[in-house]
Amino acid sequence: MSPKTLYDKIWDAHLVHEAEDGTSLIYIDRHLVHEVTSPQAFEGLRMTGRTVRAPQRTIAVPDHNVPTTLDRAKGIENPESRIQVEALDKNAADFGIHYYPVSDIRQGIVHIVGPEQGWTLPGMTVVCGDSHTATHGAFGALAHGIGTSEVEHVLATQTLIQRKAKNMKVEITGKLAPGVTAKDITLSVIGKTGTAGGTGYVIEYCGEAIRSLSMEGRMTVCNMAIEGGARAGLIAPDETTFAYCMGRPHAPKGAQWEAALAWWKTLYSDDDAHWDKVVTLKGEDIAPVVTWGTSPEDVLPITANIPAPEDFSGGKADAAKRSLEYMGLTAGTPLSEVEIDTVFIGSCTNGRIEDLRAAAEILKGKKIKEGLRAMIVPGSGLVRAQAEEEGLADIFIEAGFEWRLAGCSMCLAMNPDQLSPGERCAATSNRNFEGRQGRGGRTHLMSPAMAAAAAVTGRLTDVREMM
Amino acid sequence: MEKFTKISGIAAPMPMINIDTDMIIPKQFLKTIKRSGLGVNLFDEMRYDDDGNEIPDFVLNKPAYRDAEILVAGDNFGCGSSREHAPWAIKDFGIRCVIAPSFADIFYNNCFKNGILPIALPQEQVDILMNEANKGANARIEVDLEAQTVSTSDGEVIRFEIDAFKKHCLLEGLDDIGLTMEKAPAIDMFETQASAARPWV
Ligand code: SF4
Repeated sequence: MSPKTLYDKIWDAHLVHEAEDGTSLIYIDRHLVHEVTSPQAFEGLRMTGRTVRAPQRTIAVPDHNVPTTLDRAKGIENPESRIQVEALDKNAADFGIHYYPVSDIRQGIVHIVGPEQGWTLPGMTVVCGDSHTATHGAFGALAHGIGTSEVEHVLATQTLIQRKAKNMKVEITGKLAPGVTAKDITLSVIGKTGTAGGTGYVIEYCGEAIRSLSMEGRMTVCNMAIEGGARAGLIAPDETTFAYCMGRPHAPKGAQWEAALAWWKTLYSDDDAHWDKVVTLKGEDIAPVVTWGTSPEDVLPITANIPAPEDFSGGKADAAKRSLEYMGLTAGTPLSEVEIDTVFIGSCTNGRIEDLRAAAEILKGKKIKEGLRAMIVPGSGLVRAQAEEEGLADIFIEAGFEWRLAGCSMCLAMNPDQLSPGERCAATSNRNFEGRQGRGGRTHLMSPAMAAAAAVTGRLTDVREMM
Repeated sequence: MEKFTKISGIAAPMPMINIDTDMIIPKQFLKTIKRSGLGVNLFDEMRYDDDGNEIPDFVLNKPAYRDAEILVAGDNFGCGSSREHAPWAIKDFGIRCVIAPSFADIFYNNCFKNGILPIALPQEQVDILMNEANKGANARIEVDLEAQTVSTSDGEVIRFEIDAFKKHCLLEGLDDIGLTMEKAPAIDMFETQASAARPWV
């Protein structure tokens, strides 16, 4: 047999049909659904009299629109948001799919709930009407975002029409320096490859620095594969993965677990597998980074200065000029002198327990800079409960953070958590696009530890100074 | 789905690179449960000021381009979120074809589900079309899917590549789901085999 990559193996195990021209039908093991990209898909099913082919493989949770304030039991004020969440309530009930309503402690961001509940397992195909579905690739699952028409297609047929992507290997060798995290890895990769560097590829992340990451960290890395243009990111499953999956509510048990494990252990790229593109970074070379512009590729070490448009060529020079204007920044200013108004810790990139622990470690016994707005939004109700049990919540509250309920919140500001024009935010989310966190809002992406450090000083800060 | 065969229309130039789906349709318009009516909010934050007035400088607000049916844009068009609201808004505005050096994957796929033709061309050719587009309403560009060509008003013909299956579906206005449902026996068989091989899934 010819050598295969991990992606090849998962693809082959899910191929239902392949036409001569390479157009393929892929079987989908898990379909995750949230309230924003699904209503039109369910409406489509109703209009055509179709049903959900495999409701037992379909999991729904509202996350994008839900309020994260402590009084959310009283309902959603914005009528449109409320209608979307109510539509999901109804669609889940009508079509008999697994559902975690707002009132359920297991509710949270769809990409945090899936792994937490054991829905996401190695070797699976996972889709969701959301680009950050790439997150689930951390388990060695082929996971990618789809549009609403494809959501409808998967609901009706449990398959997706695809063409096979190319294989790209991103290797992070060696060890990370203190203060450097999974977020710094994933941002640094995008900084190197650009936001279109992965277009047409499925990325497999490998190397010692990746192997040393926890599952939480691996999810952070894969989460942002999409920001690098890749449709999916993958990390081969290993003992860390198996330990995380074991005992989760929907993970296999007993003999089924043993059978699953035997197959999972075959899920790795063969030594002589073919790669269409290879990118290598030395773990030791990665610094704590922040973004300065309005594209996730605008990444620099925190010790650097704001670049000038002339530092770039082609269309990027214009884009950089526009970014700097939008961000209200002057070329040459040290990044560490940029003052912020707001700190947001949360999202499917960095809303897991380990992220909160990292932030708490910096914030312990400290206060946030006076006048700063700071919020921590756990990725799920269970993450929130665990953080309270571990005493992290007390640290946050004493430091001056708002301690919120689970949801997407200020990652995309569809709920009331928004930036106002000109407001500058240190954020642990994944997109710094214009207007992403609120019209005119200015976003700097970074790790939870870096965001916590910024909360203390009120400016972008090298976390290593506080360690 | 609406068919796409041939159009001849005004092309609006948007030379920016990395036009993301948050720009194409900001999140406040994702709260709809319908597919229609998003055209007025296409490029909302670039198109209107804080009071909701049109920003005259924005290309689609200029008299020459208000009826544009083609968009010529910079590299990596449609990056970011998977929101199909982006192609819905583009289509609802009246744009049927987007030409750029490259597209983000999910956006590219979403276009085909909505009767929009995304055309990826080398930068030099996009530059030619960008020049044409800059001429305004007098320079109509013709896009012929069957022939896989884009023609300028001075008769320059540029050929583009497209996946044969996607082309066929777009030309015929075919519904993917209907096509896949014809393969139900293959899906049934796969399910039987997979549940024997991986019963835990
Ligand atoms: S947290 Fe942000 S990126 Fe993640 S699913 Fe929610 S809105 Fe999307």
